[in-house]
Amino acid sequence: MDKTATKPSSLSDVAAAKQKKSPGAQSLGVGLEARGVHAWFSGKHVLDGISLDFWSGTVTALIGPSGCGKSTFIRTLNRMHEFIPGAQMAGEVLLDGKDIYESGTDVTKIRLKVGMVFQKPNPFPSMSIAENVLSGLKLAELKVADKDALLEDCLERAGLWSEVKDRLNAHGGSLSGGQQQRLCIARSLAVKPQVLLMDEPCSALDPGSTLKIEETISHLSSSMTIIIVTHNMQQAARVSDYTAFFLSDGGPGSMIEVGPTSEIFSRPRDTRTENYVTGRFG
Amino acid sequence: MSTVIATPKPGKPWTATPQQRLITASIYLGAVLVSFTLVAITPMKGKLAYFVVFFFSSLLIDFILSYIQRGMASAKDAIARGFVSVGMTLAVLPIFSILFEVVKRGYKGLNINLFTKDMSLTSVNDPIGNGGLIHAITGTIIMVAMALIVAMPIGILTAIYLTEIRGKFAAPIKFLVQAMSGVPSIVAGLFILSAYVYPITGALSGFAGSLALMILMIPTIARTSEEVLLLIPNDLREAGVALGGTQWRTVALVVVPAAKSGLVTALILGIARVAGETAPLVLLTGGGEKVNLNPFDGPMGSLPIYIWKCFGQGTEESIARAWSGILVLLVIVLALFISARFLSERKVAK
Ligand SMILES: Nc1ncnc2c1ncn2[C@@H]1O[C@H](COP(=O)(O)OP(=O)(O)OP(=O)(O)O)[C@@H](O)[C@H]1O
Ligand SMILES: [Mg+2]
Repeated sequence: MDKTATKPSSLSDVAAAKQKKSPGAQSLGVGLEARGVHAWFSGKHVLDGISLDFWSGTVTALIGPSGCGKSTFIRTLNRMHEFIPGAQMAGEVLLDGKDIYESGTDVTKIRLKVGMVFQKPNPFPSMSIAENVLSGLKLAELKVADKDALLEDCLERAGLWSEVKDRLNAHGGSLSGGQQQRLCIARSLAVKPQVLLMDEPCSALDPGSTLKIEETISHLSSSMTIIIVTHNMQQAARVSDYTAFFLSDGGPGSMIEVGPTSEIFSRPRDTRTENYVTGRFG
Repeated sequence: MSTVIATPKPGKPWTATPQQRLITASIYLGAVLVSFTLVAITPMKGKLAYFVVFFFSSLLIDFILSYIQRGMASAKDAIARGFVSVGMTLAVLPIFSILFEVVKRGYKGLNINLFTKDMSLTSVNDPIGNGGLIHAITGTIIMVAMALIVAMPIGILTAIYLTEIRGKFAAPIKFLVQAMSGVPSIVAGLFILSAYVYPITGALSGFAGSLALMILMIPTIARTSEEVLLLIPNDLREAGVALGGTQWRTVALVVVPAAKSGLVTALILGIARVAGETAPLVLLTGGGEKVNLNPFDGPMGSLPIYIWKCFGQGTEESIARAWSGILVLLVIVLALFISARFLSERKVAK
């Protein structure tokens, strides 16, 4: 969002500077709401009653040490959790006020509205770059009047257009890792989701690609709800409006604390959060 | 102007230098010498003796040389390399000797009449230019194609059920498919004979033959396709579903296209499995000598039966015919293999 701010000296400064610019001004209401979400894998309890609101027009970062259940949690938000054999869950996830786990819900519609970008770039190998971007339309049987315009728009918003506009018919796999990840972001934008889940989208990327994706996130956040899992504290501070800290003490993971990013990084209420964000453990 | 730095010449520094190649060549030369000497001065006799002595002596020289140059680990590597290459040789030797033999004996009988005439007016002692095997070629193509049209969807859908849907019956079906792939072809022939020919048509036909071929083809296609689909990473399925695709559309638009070249291989293996089947066709098709393009009426010839019959007739001409038949069968399967490979590996990039 704001790239002109003076160079920040610490994480909390970054977050604070950012927070001043957008004190919830863009918020359009609750976009997605988790209520007491529990999750199990083959009987093993891994998530303990997470309740969390995600506001439209904001970016929420989920942070916490490895294995605390961040991925599991965001996968419950678009019903990808049930894709794993042996997975179970309890609780509610409200999208526009309706529980997505209610019986009779069309799960493909849910996943259309709640898009997902995975940790590992996974473009479809049998498709060209253009086909990859538009693959969601085919998969979900959506009709679009002007495909070329949509293609350019999605690639532009994912920060990839200038790099691939001359080779839209090349294989998706012929791109570099960072370009592939932006291709995957473009792919999820094409179906116009309300909410975008991103599970460590930059973990395999160089600083340049990471910066591009962060810019993309900033652009997108005005029009959708974004939830991003990251191990990079600077990234959480740079891109997010709210931050939730997850922790597992050997048992199921739970949410220790949530709040405006500036507060989580400058004056966390819980000492465990403080230890984590200052790098004393985890 | 600063000095121009010349771009270095592109090279492959990891490949063997001429010196290393010389060493390798001398290892083999030494081994050849040793094998000749040993066979000459000991009572060992024959090609096999040369081969065995050559193998062990080259292994030994290679081992010692590697040990001196690079130590024990590399010496062990040399041993493993030696055994692997001998295994490879033993595996491809029969294939090449079969091919060689078929070409050597079959090419004499090749002439244009093979592909334009059938055997209806030809007797066993007629010279090889009389008559041909067009009836057998068309019969084989019709029967294999009919079997393929049915076996392809059944086989691939079975594989999709086993890998994608993973339903309740996956385990028993997997077992059944494995058991079916062990069914002897004559049993498939007898089954069609008693389940279709006797009770329904009462007459032998090409269709009955293709039913038996289909039974033999399905397990091969299903098992190979299953292996291929299992190799597709789960990430792709998740990506498809996360974009709002139903499972069916994800399989059809993402998983199957990603597995395309492997699935084509599965089909080729299925065809290769049945193209040379003889036993069920002997039981079911009546093996005619005339071109018959209607699989539902009248006997139908096929290459395996043509070959089998010609060998049985025993005259010099018919044995020559049999060898040309084998050559034609091999070439057809090979052509199919190459064209399918070619089709399945076309790139998206222009
Ligand atoms: N498919 C699975 N089967 C069984 N257990 C699983 C599975 N996936 C995750 N778990 C367990 O669930 C817990 C939470 O895992 P999860 O992947 O959500 O952690 P995470 O916070 O995303 O970690 P990371 O930061 O390393 O990605 C872990 O204890 C893990 O062992
Ligand atoms: Mg994770």
